[in-house]
Amino acid sequence: MTSVLNVKDLHTSFVMPDLTIAALQGVSLSVDKGEILGLVGESGSGKTLTGFSINRLLSAPGRVVQGEVLLHGQDVLSLGEEDMRHLRGRRIAMIFQDPMMTLNPVLRIETQMRDALRAHEKMSKAMARTRAIAALDEVGIPAPESRLRSYPHELSGGMRQRVAIAIALLHQPDVIIADEPTTALDVTIQGQILSLVQNLCRDRGTALIWITHDLAVVAGIADRLAVMYAGRVVEIGPVDDLLDAPAHPYTRGLIDSVPARGQRGQRLKQIPGRMPALTELPVGCSFAPRCEHAKAACAALPDMTALDAERSVRCFYPLAEGSA
Amino acid sequence: MAEFIIKRVLQAMVVLLIMTVLVFFGVNVIGNPVYIFASSECDQACLTKTIAELGLDRPLWEQYFVFLSNLLQGDLGNSFTHGIPALSLIFERLPATLELAICALAMALGFGLPLGIWAGLHPDTIISRCIMAFSMIAFSLPVFWIGLIMILTFSVQLGWMPAVGRGDTVDVFGTELSALTLDGLHHLVMPAFTLSLIMMAIVIRLTRAGMREVIFADYIKFARANGIRERRILTTHVMKNLLIPIVTVLGMEFGGVIAFAVVVESIFSWPGVGKMLIDAIGVLDRPLIVAYLIFVVFMFVVLNLLVDILYSLLDPRVRLGGNQT
Repeated sequence: MTSVLNVKDLHTSFVMPDLTIAALQGVSLSVDKGEILGLVGESGSGKTLTGFSINRLLSAPGRVVQGEVLLHGQDVLSLGEEDMRHLRGRRIAMIFQDPMMTLNPVLRIETQMRDALRAHEKMSKAMARTRAIAALDEVGIPAPESRLRSYPHELSGGMRQRVAIAIALLHQPDVIIADEPTTALDVTIQGQILSLVQNLCRDRGTALIWITHDLAVVAGIADRLAVMYAGRVVEIGPVDDLLDAPAHPYTRGLIDSVPARGQRGQRLKQIPGRMPALTELPVGCSFAPRCEHAKAACAALPDMTALDAERSVRCFYPLAEGSA
Repeated sequence: MAEFIIKRVLQAMVVLLIMTVLVFFGVNVIGNPVYIFASSECDQACLTKTIAELGLDRPLWEQYFVFLSNLLQGDLGNSFTHGIPALSLIFERLPATLELAICALAMALGFGLPLGIWAGLHPDTIISRCIMAFSMIAFSLPVFWIGLIMILTFSVQLGWMPAVGRGDTVDVFGTELSALTLDGLHHLVMPAFTLSLIMMAIVIRLTRAGMREVIFADYIKFARANGIRERRILTTHVMKNLLIPIVTVLGMEFGGVIAFAVVVESIFSWPGVGKMLIDAIGVLDRPLIVAYLIFVVFMFVVLNLLVDILYSLLDPRVRLGGNQT
């Protein structure tokens, strides 16, 4: 199967006059048509940055310094600015974390949707209106005609996120990058939004990259999982395999940090220490200082090694199944 | 909305009433205008007669109530020096001031917005620093000094600009306008620019500060992520958010510009209400001074109301009257 989006060895740095901070150091991942890839990691691991690097919306001084982003085999990073603009929203769409902040507070929903439509297609106001109503209807917004006249502050958080999703879906994009879209919502609403996005993507064959720090969320929705640590993907593979038998000690640690039923009263496992700052990354494996399995070899940087056809891990001593 | 406006009108009446007391008594304790404009041949009998004619022999509180009852009928009294109603004198002079003030406002926005936007988009460049330094200077230097230096430079040394007056005017619906003739425009540029400087500085600073805040907002990132053109993002998505504080502050500032065009009008001999006020103070023309001050208070009240209404139109989150949804 050819993947819709293929990110190869992506390096993103913050380039300042007197200092360059390498934030992404060789991120590789791919996502297929209709597939949901969960991108997991702690704050600062570079998951959001990966999203913005893919659609080239890094704010200065952030800059992609190396690597390829292939959309259907076409290199996105070499496109001109106008071609790139035309790609955003039409073929690569984004959904953001906080629905309170993603919609413009002083523009009506209709204006925002019309602008998003007209960014890529010439159309009349009436036509845009029809399309917008259809899109709102699809994400389950009741009485879409009257909602079009609303301003964002007149809608609830869940409704706003639905509007944002409707906007992201307007042009039937190939890929949607969803950056923690449920984190700011109530748990009940979270579930609704999760299944909404899941169904919409399945139906249309849209590839979805779901960025989150919440393993529980991603376990229920993703097909595959990529775990990021300090600017690198450390493990990637099918979600069930990865959760059942994590190969990277960091993945293991992440899973153990999630409180589970049946462990009541037991001490919750923690990963000792904290993720190193980007300015003081260790030379070798960046997880080694926190890793209980670290050995002398870990002073060098391990490559991504394939465990089987679908899984690979960045570790010299991948955990065997069942071990902890 | 209606409830809000009624409330504000009632508040405005109280403000106006208090102002009439302050202004009337304040102006009536300084000097004796009769001595200034009575002719030198006028003897004591003549003086007494003039004082009685003007009603100045009666107790001050009585004068005040006469003034107040006249005011309620829309009569602000006759000017001592011109002998005609003070209000009609003001309205005769007002178009010149309004023309000057509106041109100043247009200049402040016309230069201030682009400069502020540019400075906000490229904050660390030398040009941006120059723009901010300019706004600081424009805000800090006294207006009269700038006016004099402009006359010295452009009129006296270079001879490019006329120093005084309005130039040729065109009659539009009974009001004389300078801006429609080339000569008038030529006369208008320097005083309008001088008057606009403080507003321009405010616009630059507010715009830049707003830009720095708005362009990093998630909703702008989201707009970009949807592929909306930069031009459209700037002119609508950013600008509408930017205008909210600018409208508020400029609305307040504009009243001040009209009221205190006094300095600029004096320097450039611009025949507006400000110049009239200075002349009226010179000869202690009490009714005219009082009428002008009452007019200014009235104008401020009206402008504030307009700003509030405009504000609610610009920012949908603001609902006048306090009944939040």
